[in-house]
Amino acid sequence: MSIYDLVHETLLSVTTNKVRSFLTVLGIVVGIASVILMVAIGQGSQATITNSIKAAGSNLLVVTPGGRSAGAFGGGGGGFGGGGSDAKLTQADVNLIEQLPGVAHIAANSTSREALSVPGANVNISVTGVGEGYQTVKAIETSTGVFVSSEDIRGGTKVVVLGPTAVTDLFPTGTDPLGQKIRIKGINFTVVGVTKSKGGSSFMNADEVAYIPLTTLQRYLTGSDAISTINVEATTADGMTQLQSDITATLLAAHHITDPTKADFSVLSQSDILSTASTITGTFTLLLAAISGISLIVGGIGIMNMMLTTVTERTREIGLRKAIGARPVDITSQFLAEAITLCLIGGVIGISLGWGISALITATGVLTTEVSVGAVAIAVGVCAGIGIVFGYYPARRASKLDPIEALRYQ
Amino acid sequence: MAPILEIRDAVKIYSTAADEAPALGGVSFSVEPGEFVAIMGPSGSGKSTLMNIIGCLDRPTLGTYILDGVDVAQMDEDQLAEIRATRIGFVFQSFNLLPRSTVMRNVILPMIYTRVPVGEREARAEKALEAVGLDENRWYHKTNELSGGQMQRVAIARALVNDPAIILADEPTGNLDTRTGQVILETFRRLQEQGRTIVLITHEHDVAAYADRTVHLRDGLVVSHEEAEAHDSARVREEAR
Repeated sequence: MSIYDLVHETLLSVTTNKVRSFLTVLGIVVGIASVILMVAIGQGSQATITNSIKAAGSNLLVVTPGGRSAGAFGGGGGGFGGGGSDAKLTQADVNLIEQLPGVAHIAANSTSREALSVPGANVNISVTGVGEGYQTVKAIETSTGVFVSSEDIRGGTKVVVLGPTAVTDLFPTGTDPLGQKIRIKGINFTVVGVTKSKGGSSFMNADEVAYIPLTTLQRYLTGSDAISTINVEATTADGMTQLQSDITATLLAAHHITDPTKADFSVLSQSDILSTASTITGTFTLLLAAISGISLIVGGIGIMNMMLTTVTERTREIGLRKAIGARPVDITSQFLAEAITLCLIGGVIGISLGWGISALITATGVLTTEVSVGAVAIAVGVCAGIGIVFGYYPARRASKLDPIEALRYQ
Repeated sequence: MAPILEIRDAVKIYSTAADEAPALGGVSFSVEPGEFVAIMGPSGSGKSTLMNIIGCLDRPTLGTYILDGVDVAQMDEDQLAEIRATRIGFVFQSFNLLPRSTVMRNVILPMIYTRVPVGEREARAEKALEAVGLDENRWYHKTNELSGGQMQRVAIARALVNDPAIILADEPTGNLDTRTGQVILETFRRLQEQGRTIVLITHEHDVAAYADRTVHLRDGLVVSHEEAEAHDSARVREEAR
């Protein structure tokens, strides 16, 4: 049988049973669409996270309490990964680092998740206690009012600067938030400013935040002088490595630790954080892909089931084809081609569907998604593979039918 | 003239059990080119087994089978498929047409296995359909819209289309009423007049009467070769008209 006849026979048989072909293909469509979609979501998130880390500045070193192994990805929120009374950073450490050569700016902060309330509304968000230089290092701009000032930090005043999302969450539209009182842990804070929107995904919403002076946070909210993050900006990118080891040496001495592997803090550069983040998001993407891959296997079993039914149903036809001169290889290739065609049709529809849905998700702004050519290529390959794997057994069975028996089959 | 089909001492044993008689116990017979031969016998006589061997669907356990000058008794599966495609045209009792395909597609089907160029297929199929006398306005109908007689004529056209050495018909009138059956048998006669060699398997004397010669089988053995009496054969044909 020539390639032309193989293609012709396949198309005839796929189109003869349109409804059944469609239902069979549906399993593959769902499988491929979900793989494409999940990988798109994973890669989109990865890009978002990477970008937000890069946006923090390339000359940035981040010092967090706890060893490297514990809570390394503490960058923005939380960061109390280390645990233990000695695993903490204090203002004394900040002062030591500040005196090192090559430090352009330094900003300490501590973060705590708190309930903010006004009469009639409340919101649970991350409250960052900011030290001096935080605004500069993080490049925060205000849309109205002012940011937390040095005087506020020194004096421990009860002022708060809100992110735009926090404002809309707390106050009715049209209300001027400046001068309003907000209660945090029973203490009244005065709103002195609102930051400009930074955008971001729902994963890390940079607008759903509140900033108060670090000293105020330590005194009234956490009751501890611990600092969760020290951001250090180096004067030059070339000096990063030197500065990183200087900070490590300084803090080791200050904390009376001789063995560097037992350090109770970690100093991470942006590239360290990036690699950690991409390891995490990569694993996450793989997990999503693996879960949706299971549905693809189910789809493949559907194809096999339908092919076995087809072979049984067309037993007499197979007998006839053999009687009029089809070789076993002709029969095998006919049924295999049918299975592969069904899978590829399913794959093409699935890719379009997955692509469409991910574009839709990006358009609605819920999540950023990214369909990669690689994922599409793998999807097509997987489709053909499923066709071969799950089509081979039924095709083989068809080719082994005894023509005499097959012609007699009722 | 050398026979187109020659079977010598064909033995077919399905079971190795000692108490079971062989399906064929040493059958010999031959068919000359252009002959119309009927093979007759009651059920269990081995005529199906013989038909499967003649049709190269099966091989004899012992003995030789020479078809169109080729010894096919020892061929492997692929070679047998090749022989079936090029030298044998099958006509079955139950037609075995592809139901959702057109008449034309059904007649073209054998040509995809003999690699006839795509451009020549339709013309060859038309020639075969003309030879069996099927109305031209039926050629592009689906086969499940046809009557039994029409279906069997499509099946005969399909058997003819690769220009085989023999046409092998297995109870071709078994699913047809007497009148339609006669039309089909007349079709075979006409094909014979055009020079075709036909082997017909049946258990009905009336059907066998259309053949030049009948081979009777019983218990896996040939019991008699019987030449149709000229006047008898002519009388049957006269009645059919």
